[in-house]
Amino acid sequence: MTTRDALQQIVPFLEDSPAVCATGHIAREVQGLKDRPENFYVIGSMGMCSSIGLGIALSRPDKKVFVLDGDGSVLMNMGNLAVVGALKPKNFIHIVLDNEAYSSTGNQKTLTTAVHLDEVARANGYKTVYRQGANENLTDITQKIIRSEGPAFLLVKVGPDTDKPAPRVKADPDVITKRFMNALGNQVRGSEFIRY
Amino acid sequence: MSKNWSEDLYNNARHFASGLKKRKFSFFTGVPCSLLGTLIEHLESSPEFEYVANVREDAALGLASGAYLAGRKSAVLMQNSGFGYSLNVLTSLNMIYKIPLLVIISYRGFLGNDAPEHIIMGAKLEQLLKDLEIPAFIPTANDLDKQLELADRVIEEKKVPAVMLIKEKIFG
Repeated sequence: MTTRDALQQIVPFLEDSPAVCATGHIAREVQGLKDRPENFYVIGSMGMCSSIGLGIALSRPDKKVFVLDGDGSVLMNMGNLAVVGALKPKNFIHIVLDNEAYSSTGNQKTLTTAVHLDEVARANGYKTVYRQGANENLTDITQKIIRSEGPAFLLVKVGPDTDKPAPRVKADPDVITKRFMNALGNQVRGSEFIRY
Repeated sequence: MSKNWSEDLYNNARHFASGLKKRKFSFFTGVPCSLLGTLIEHLESSPEFEYVANVREDAALGLASGAYLAGRKSAVLMQNSGFGYSLNVLTSLNMIYKIPLLVIISYRGFLGNDAPEHIIMGAKLEQLLKDLEIPAFIPTANDLDKQLELADRVIEEKKVPAVMLIKEKIFG
């Protein structure tokens, strides 16, 4: 199973929930599978997708907030797992596609052959932690994680990307911001912030 | 608290916080500096504000950016040592995505009068901000609200982050 195969099974569960998508191939693959305004594609600031998702989750408890993350990105901002574990937002769903590599820069190794991110998440205080077992169906386990109490963490081990990567994120960054905020019903109008 | 800050510093913090409230800032996160002591204490203890203790300054910018995307005016507090950690997030997230945050940075090493680890950043901070074209405001204890107004105007009108550099004896 590649990252794309895994995302193909996860993306239908996003429905109209906000999803913050990690820098690199993950954002590109999600855009390729289903581009929607509720997707916030992080193109720079590697590692920050989980911090951004947490800020959204804390501010919008009425929404399930997904973070679609990668192993390199989690390792880079591992401290944020502590912030999540300390604050324990029930609506925070952190899904990590772990291919043990930095795929968009040429598949150089990360450290996750040795470091088990699910154990790190558990130690930091995530309420629900799953790691996909060898014979477990990803659709079933994704359904389970969505129904469980957050903060939830799902580790999906995937193989190396073999296909040609999906195209780069098309929308300009400021357009991504505007359409995301509109989709959430948060508009910035003149000097007034309006929260619906 | 371990520090004994004077009543003047607490008054400055209360005065500044009332300006933040008036301008609808509600979400705060950061990594502390003693120069921001009374302000952080005030934000943590006031029910109208949410303050999240963070682990790194770049993660604080990410968290505050998420709160902004969810419709809240947000600010980050940090020591200028953390400004180094923050550069990538400011330039590759906040500035290009037009996610405006108020970034309150303590000005350690101002005039070279500080511990060795603060001297270089203290000497180069204003030039770094200029080079990055990040608007920066340097209040005194007497014009805190006026400088906050100028920073807030940048945030509201240009949708880019604005920095306030806080020297010692204002909040700590």
